[in-house]
Amino acid sequence: MRLWHRLTGDMTTRGQVALAMFAALLLAAPAFIGSYPLSILILVVYFAYIGQAWNVMMGFAGQLSLGHALYLGLGGYTAAALAFHFGVSPWIGMIAGVLVAMLAGGIVGFLGFRFSLAGVYFALLTIAFAEFTRILFDHFKWVGGSAGLFLKVSGDPGLWHLRGGPVMFYYVILAMAALALVACRLMLTSRLGYHWLAIREDPEAAQASGVDVFRGKMIAVLISSGMAAVGGVWAAFYYKNLFPETAFAMGRSIEVILAPIIGGLGTLIGPFIGAAVLVSLGDVFTIAAEKIGEIFGVKTAGLKQIFYGLALLAIVAFRRDGVWPWLARKLGFVHSDPYLPPPAGKGR
Amino acid sequence: MSTGGATLNVRGLGKSFRGLRAVHDVGFDVPAGAIHALIGPNGAGKTTTFNMIAGVFPPSAGTVQLDGRTITGLRPDRVCDAGIGRTFQIVKPFPGLSVLDNVLIGALKREPDVSRARDRALTVLRELGLHDKRAMTASNLTLPDRKRLEVARALATQPRLLLLDEVMAGLRPTETDQMVAFLRELNARTGLTILLIEHVMRAVMALSQHIVVLNYGEKIAEGSPEAIARDQRVLDVYLGQDAH
Ligand SMILES: Nc1ncnc2c1ncn2[C@@H]1O[C@H](COP(=O)(O)OP(=O)(O)OP(=O)(O)O)[C@@H](O)[C@H]1O
Ligand SMILES: [Mg+2]
Repeated sequence: MRLWHRLTGDMTTRGQVALAMFAALLLAAPAFIGSYPLSILILVVYFAYIGQAWNVMMGFAGQLSLGHALYLGLGGYTAAALAFHFGVSPWIGMIAGVLVAMLAGGIVGFLGFRFSLAGVYFALLTIAFAEFTRILFDHFKWVGGSAGLFLKVSGDPGLWHLRGGPVMFYYVILAMAALALVACRLMLTSRLGYHWLAIREDPEAAQASGVDVFRGKMIAVLISSGMAAVGGVWAAFYYKNLFPETAFAMGRSIEVILAPIIGGLGTLIGPFIGAAVLVSLGDVFTIAAEKIGEIFGVKTAGLKQIFYGLALLAIVAFRRDGVWPWLARKLGFVHSDPYLPPPAGKGR
Repeated sequence: MSTGGATLNVRGLGKSFRGLRAVHDVGFDVPAGAIHALIGPNGAGKTTTFNMIAGVFPPSAGTVQLDGRTITGLRPDRVCDAGIGRTFQIVKPFPGLSVLDNVLIGALKREPDVSRARDRALTVLRELGLHDKRAMTASNLTLPDRKRLEVARALATQPRLLLLDEVMAGLRPTETDQMVAFLRELNARTGLTILLIEHVMRAVMALSQHIVVLNYGEKIAEGSPEAIARDQRVLDVYLGQDAH
């Protein structure tokens, strides 16, 4: 089947089997893990999803956004405010949130790309917009200002109102991440995807090869901000509260970018691997810091962050392209020459 | 590539970079299906002339026409749409992509279907002897292969005029001969118009029917290879250099 081939691409049979098993494990997980591991798994999938959204801009099209909290926050706030004031379903609110975020992304992109801001200068612009919006929302009384916006905990439970237990939220974010994975794969193997890669690798050569660079970048920022907004809506209803200080925080923007960088920029599985590494490391280090505190009887606030930082440094230093490209090759999940089908009948 | 060749007309082209007159009042014609060369010493303004034709920056003066249509000041991707393919003197591969994907991106210009564009790209790679290296990452190629890749990617866009900026520089004599033979065969088979910048005089003499000579941004001579080889001004400023 052509679609199947497009989806699996350069994966070996072994890689495809591994992916299928991994998917099955994720699907079945809530049945056999406790609530604490599930909450960890939820975070992993969430970071994988928003990492994937950011990856479209940076990993595919090479445009560094350090302000993705803007789109997460706008998506979340829009859907949450519509639910809070008018009882609108988050799924309807999501459409509005995505549009608002895409409008913001379109403005940032237009200003940046029209005036050919590249690299860090574009990144600065994305930060500026996120920070500006954060301050604006501090004074935006309709959504609670700096005191925050709280979603009702009681009311009809169910998927339609995104009100329910962790298992429901888990399956919702898992479905989003799976959809995003498939969508990204399809985009990446399309003409648009190749244009993104060309823009990322060398905009001047891309233009000479007939690529409309401005258009390619705009589509990337629109899709990326829209995808991020969906994640923002999920997060708003999962946590049930929103504050400008956290929704649009610089730290949140950084959280978005870590998983794909650790996992492998521009790769599709990278954000998942990166998110798993990050969240589990974070957890291990929290426990380690507590233990050290107990043993030596000292306060260990900040120790976790130090461990964390060191671990990230080590990963980035030793696996510059991220963990996944290296792991996939090691485990024989991808073909070395993707354009040569393996010898007939025998997958490697 | 059965689209044939296009006519190029350049009139009064000029460009200054912050007071430096890089190109001044340069005009020439390349008839459809011809192979012409643009030569001149270092800094003569050859690449700048190419960049103005290809739309990298707008000229300060003058016009460029392709098959009678004015394309002056168009963006590079629009110039590519119009039918001009170009290579970069300082090669610009998509470094992190495979050789095949590099050329595939060019092929997508006129073949939006990815798998058909990939077939096209593979054909072009075969013609340029890069087929065996299709899965290599472009950044791992040797310089001669990168030059070939430049040509392959430009050709994959199915141009009607091909601008080649020193694609033989750094090639060994046998490789130069291969490239010359390839370009000649390509031109004969498809009628593609070719304008090449080249310092390798052997290649220039072997390929081009007509030569334009630039010096300090101005056209100082043009004519057949034989006439240029005998032209005193050219010998003084350009060919003479080699004798020193
Ligand atoms: N983008 C630019 N900005 C400023 N000056 C430039 C620019 N491009 C070219 N120049 C200058 O214009 C002049 C012509 O340069 P150009 O690259 O066109 O020469 P060339 O004939 O291609 O030389 P070469 O044989 O060395 O490639 C040179 O003096 C060069 O320094
Ligand atoms: Mg030059």
